[in-house]
Amino acid sequence: MQYLSPSTIDDAIRLLSSQTGDCKVLAGGTDLLVRMRSGFAEPDSILDIKRIDELRRISRDADGWRIGAAVSGAEMGEHADLVADWPGVVEAVNLIGSTQIQGRATMAGNLCNASPAADSVPAMIAAGAVARIAGPDGLRDIPVADVPTGPGKTCLAPGEFVTSIWLPSRPERSGDAYLRFIPRTEMDIAVVGCAVALTLDAGGTCTAARVSLGAVAPTAILVDAAADTLIGTTVDDAALDALARTCSDAAKPIADKRGTVEFRVHVAGVLAKRATIIAKTRAGGAT
Amino acid sequence: MSKIHVTTTINGDPVEYLCDAEETLLDVLRDHLGLTGSKEGCGTGDCGACSVTVDGRLVCSCLMLGAEAAGREIGTIEGMAKGDQLHPLQRKFIEQAALQCGICTPGILVAAKSLLDHNPDPSEEETRYWLAGNLCRCTGYDKIIRAVLDAAKDMREAS
Repeated sequence: MQYLSPSTIDDAIRLLSSQTGDCKVLAGGTDLLVRMRSGFAEPDSILDIKRIDELRRISRDADGWRIGAAVSGAEMGEHADLVADWPGVVEAVNLIGSTQIQGRATMAGNLCNASPAADSVPAMIAAGAVARIAGPDGLRDIPVADVPTGPGKTCLAPGEFVTSIWLPSRPERSGDAYLRFIPRTEMDIAVVGCAVALTLDAGGTCTAARVSLGAVAPTAILVDAAADTLIGTTVDDAALDALARTCSDAAKPIADKRGTVEFRVHVAGVLAKRATIIAKTRAGGAT
Repeated sequence: MSKIHVTTTINGDPVEYLCDAEETLLDVLRDHLGLTGSKEGCGTGDCGACSVTVDGRLVCSCLMLGAEAAGREIGTIEGMAKGDQLHPLQRKFIEQAALQCGICTPGILVAAKSLLDHNPDPSEEETRYWLAGNLCRCTGYDKIIRAVLDAAKDMREAS
């Protein structure tokens, strides 16, 4: 196996395109190295993107945030301004694994690993995040929701890799939240995850919402019908009940050792309600 | 396949080694450099027995390639005591019998020191969450948590 560590995106693209065998992109490595050890991945080469300075940065421009693909979860959690804007996204990232995992794991890696239960993906989808992808034909931006195409599968073409995740600036009177159900208090994989991002007007009426569910379908899903139960309401009990029913209806989980279909369907609704209440509070709405 | 030549810093000392691309930092520490304090428990980032710091950040050395360490500052359990002078955490672990078989202990000490470097006065809950990635099959954790909190108190009083 060959270890490659380019220092620019252009070099990374060139190296990736010139590899004849299986080349895996290494960000935090908390999934890739485990897969290599267990024999599920046997790459001919590894392309480490952590030596590319611009991929290690969290930067802000007029429109939003750009989080480099090599930024660790711990670095996101320590960025006070990012946490203030997107607490739900950062909480979701920080739920992944232990302190040690947080020192390495990246949000872009969580996306590209394409687990249906990935914690950060519903949060990114609810936030309207966009992945920037570099490849032989240059850069392209696509919504995070479109990146995973099935368990372990993404829409990335050979020679492409994610360079950063963009989050919009948080609109006024907006908030987001992510909750997951796990049978323990820490260090587990979501049985169901739910993220909500919403915006209120000055009178407390919801003007925009995005609701995303994880671990209840082959990929995390954006549930437009759930957002519709919130928009135009003051996010009162009736709206929350309608939201829960809609999310349960949208959940199409499998039964496995982590939970049955019935349980996951029910919990999808419960988490949606609870996450919405947190997001509403963060948006400054009355509780 | 030719070996990769890596120059790095371990516990403050400049170190050079040759490694294969697929070797983890843990492999390098244990098998090439004789630093066998870091243990391999699971090899998949679940148990924390291989905990080290990289540029001050707590990580599992089994989830990092040896080649990635080039130019970084690595901290291992071997750098914790200063000569014969044990770190307050190490002393407290002995005094309070916060270990039994000892396999998890180096990783827990490295992780606990990293916690106290970030937060000299952690609550019990913060300590338990911080150490959630360090598994111990013997102690039931309680003595470990007490020892960390007591060491933190001693260190605050001494400073």
